[in-house]
Amino acid sequence: MTAGDSGQGAASGGRAPLIQLTGAERTYMVGHSPVHALAGIDLAVEAGEYLSIMGPSGSGKSTLLHVIGLLDRPDRGAYLLEGRDTGNLSERERAAVRLARIGFVFQSFHLVPRLTAAENVALPLELAGVAPEVSRARALVALASLGMEQRADHRPDQLSGGQRQRTAIARATIMRPSLILADEPTGNLDRGSSLEVMELLEGLNRDGIAVLVVTHDPVIGERAHRLVRVEDGKIAADSTRTPP
Amino acid sequence: MKLDMRVDPKSGMKPLIQLRFAARASAAAPLRAVLTLVALGIGVAAVIVLTALGEGARRFVNAEFASLGTNLVIVLPGATETTGGPPPLFGTAPRDLTLDDAAAVARHPAVRRMAPVVAGAATVSFGARERDTLVLGTTAEFQHVHHVTMGTGRFLPPGDLQRGDPVAVVGAKVRQELFGNTNPVGQWLRIGDRRFRVIGVTSPTGRSLGDNMDEMVVVPVTQAQALFGVSSLFRMLIEARGREGVPDAKAAALSIIAARHEGEADVTVITQDAVLATFDRVFTALTFTVAGIATISLLVAGILVMNVMLVAVTQRTPEVGLLKALGATARGVRSLFLWEATLLSLMGAACGLAVGYASVAGIASVWPTFPVAVPAWAAVAAVVVAVCAGLLFGVWPASRAARLDPVASLERR
Repeated sequence: MTAGDSGQGAASGGRAPLIQLTGAERTYMVGHSPVHALAGIDLAVEAGEYLSIMGPSGSGKSTLLHVIGLLDRPDRGAYLLEGRDTGNLSERERAAVRLARIGFVFQSFHLVPRLTAAENVALPLELAGVAPEVSRARALVALASLGMEQRADHRPDQLSGGQRQRTAIARATIMRPSLILADEPTGNLDRGSSLEVMELLEGLNRDGIAVLVVTHDPVIGERAHRLVRVEDGKIAADSTRTPP
Repeated sequence: MKLDMRVDPKSGMKPLIQLRFAARASAAAPLRAVLTLVALGIGVAAVIVLTALGEGARRFVNAEFASLGTNLVIVLPGATETTGGPPPLFGTAPRDLTLDDAAAVARHPAVRRMAPVVAGAATVSFGARERDTLVLGTTAEFQHVHHVTMGTGRFLPPGDLQRGDPVAVVGAKVRQELFGNTNPVGQWLRIGDRRFRVIGVTSPTGRSLGDNMDEMVVVPVTQAQALFGVSSLFRMLIEARGREGVPDAKAAALSIIAARHEGEADVTVITQDAVLATFDRVFTALTFTVAGIATISLLVAGILVMNVMLVAVTQRTPEVGLLKALGATARGVRSLFLWEATLLSLMGAACGLAVGYASVAGIASVWPTFPVAVPAWAAVAAVVVAVCAGLLFGVWPASRAARLDPVASLERR
């Protein structure tokens, strides 16, 4: 389960886990006192998995998500993504991996307010240097697949919360990543929109994309196939649930 | 599934897309944009208006010189070091310029007019009044070459160089001091031990560039030579055929004198252009100086651009975090903000150009005799400095944005 014994996964030619964290530690200084956000995390996630990370606030679950998303680095321990060690990647290489392999969905949507839904969705394509016509066409297709074709040219302030999060999900999937990281994706949504958004993410998971949801809401978290509980920077529980 | 970690240097946001992104970011904060445009616009407009005034002053002086005759060539006896050649090995005393030399030069087709000049100080008296004054011996041509205007009477009569009647033309101040209320025309004036009949009075000119005609007495050249006991000339004034004819006239004078002086052009030729060039340099320097002072306002505007961009970075911190999460590199983020600074600077420069040229047009219509004109270099320099200032002062805010930590930026609300 925790894959301390398969550190040679990539080299041995066996199917490497999508995510493999070994003894990951991350310490912040708050004032003069160190805070151990991650205190030795071992976690292996296979491609196409659907797991939730739950825990009280301050448990380190967001830091874990940031480390997995290459937005933060562990101070100690190893992080292998798709079998490759990420520890020695440069800033540009980490950015390139985020662009190509990882999609983020945030609690506060993080849409650029002056851009339309279609333009927000096309942003990763533009960052990748894709021609504008192609970007727009692909963004429109992605929005249409989420039922947003009527809203493509609306700016975020003209969209409801659910529509905003759907736009963000379209943006997270536009580069066809292998992993979607969702940080409290329903935190700013009502119950109905929350369900819609979770069903969208679960649909992506059925298409083979690994989905990792960080939440403190048990109703949301317990929908996942695998439930990881983080407390005080350590994994307190890790259980697999048979899908209904 | 294979992790693609290759970094293609050609990938990344296309410049045109970056530009569009930056343009929309600027447009989304109109107050910020307008503030920057105004500051840079004032700077650029200041450079343009001030240099236009400097250039106007330069042109004004040039025009004044032109009215004096920029096609004037002055020949002085004796070659001076300013001609640049090595000193002669065996010293030849410079030969005098003579009336025959002058007559020979005057016959050359490149020479439109020629006036020989003999000058000296002499005591001039009328009745009981006398004063020491400059006496100029020349010919009728002098009036045209030197643009002398007559008050009353007439200038020296045209005629043979070698002959001259004892007649005199007096300056306005000499007339006032010697004759008072008496009409001088027809009166006999004593210069040294000779008597001259006054035939005209020049109109008062005031002190103009060069000689002051008001304090002179002009007599025929041969009379002056006799008066001062000399056979040489003080100088020759040559009027070339137009400004373009000046080099020809100068060459002609030198070759004719050389031919007549045993192969040696032992004269110094001064053109009005040389004097004009000096004034030109002075006013060009002045224009550069005011341009430099105005450039300071551009630098101040640059600092404002920096402030505005810093505020933009602070306001858009979550956006920077998002871009990084989506896969933008630090370099990519920096260029987005640099594009924004460049764009604002360019637009500011464009506004400044418009305001500057409009102001210059305004000055020209209010003050039509003053030839204001925007030198092309000033317009180009103002725009270049404005854009450079914007870019330079945009670098720090952009680098700050590029260095932002994505996690902390995303959490900033």
